[in-house]
Amino acid sequence: MSSKAHERRIWIVWLILIAATLASSVLGLEQGAGAGRAVAVVIIGVALVKVYLIGMYFMEVRSAPTLLRRAFQLYVVLVFASLCFIDLMV
Amino acid sequence: MTVPTKRLSANTRKAGGDIPGDPGIWILIFGDMSVFAVLFGAFMYSRSRNSDAFAAAHEHLDVAIGTGNTLLLLTSSMLVALAVERSKPSRVQANGDRVAIRYLFVGALGCGVLFVCFKALEWSLLLRDGAAVGSNEYFSYYFMMTGTHLVHVLIGLVVLARLVSIARRPRYSRRNRRLFETGGLFWHMVDLLWVVLFALFYLVR
Repeated sequence: MSSKAHERRIWIVWLILIAATLASSVLGLEQGAGAGRAVAVVIIGVALVKVYLIGMYFMEVRSAPTLLRRAFQLYVVLVFASLCFIDLMV
Repeated sequence: MTVPTKRLSANTRKAGGDIPGDPGIWILIFGDMSVFAVLFGAFMYSRSRNSDAFAAAHEHLDVAIGTGNTLLLLTSSMLVALAVERSKPSRVQANGDRVAIRYLFVGALGCGVLFVCFKALEWSLLLRDGAAVGSNEYFSYYFMMTGTHLVHVLIGLVVLARLVSIARRPRYSRRNRRLFETGGLFWHMVDLLWVVLFALFYLVR
């Protein structure tokens, strides 16, 4: 992939990150008092998708050695699963 | 003997490319990310045990400031990613390219400085309202975690200032490019940690 295409991809990922941030802010502000736990899972999920995108495209983990890529992916999944588990089960 | 080119390229693709930045930075990044992961878990655990008090304290935070700061760090991170991409040897670095790289790093630094200004404003408003470390469990977590993160931001700003000064050079050595990547990775980590802090403190009720 050419460098220009990489740059375009960085811009697209940034737009997605901005849109996801604004959408989750609206969700955070609009949530009802009783909707706490389920909404929390969605908000945490969106945050970890953003973490994944920052890692893959800004930190270039996407084209990094497999071990590094897998370690990063594992981190995202483990943090999401642990936070959701604590939110829903504890 | 001929080299089996096809198999070689397939293996290279499977194993991935070069490690971005200095390999040592990844130990720092995963170390920091792990410490913060434990803190995220501790916060969520305390929230589950004391949800009403956390929901009440949460109302004191200004989601608009938090959202603005998130947009600033995401934009800053994007500018750094663009600067690193443009500094790659595959890009012809005419004088105009180097100027662009410098301004991209300056823009990233500016966004980082604005983040610190908003954080200072937010903290001063909270302290004025009587929220402080020890005032309740929520704010103890809030000031401890965002304070630790702020230290990372300040270190990141020093790193970015150094990258701006390197970017002024008439030509970039391999070591300079590696520094751009390594410094950039640290800044992306600062961004990435904030994204989760923002969700936990400002948005989860």
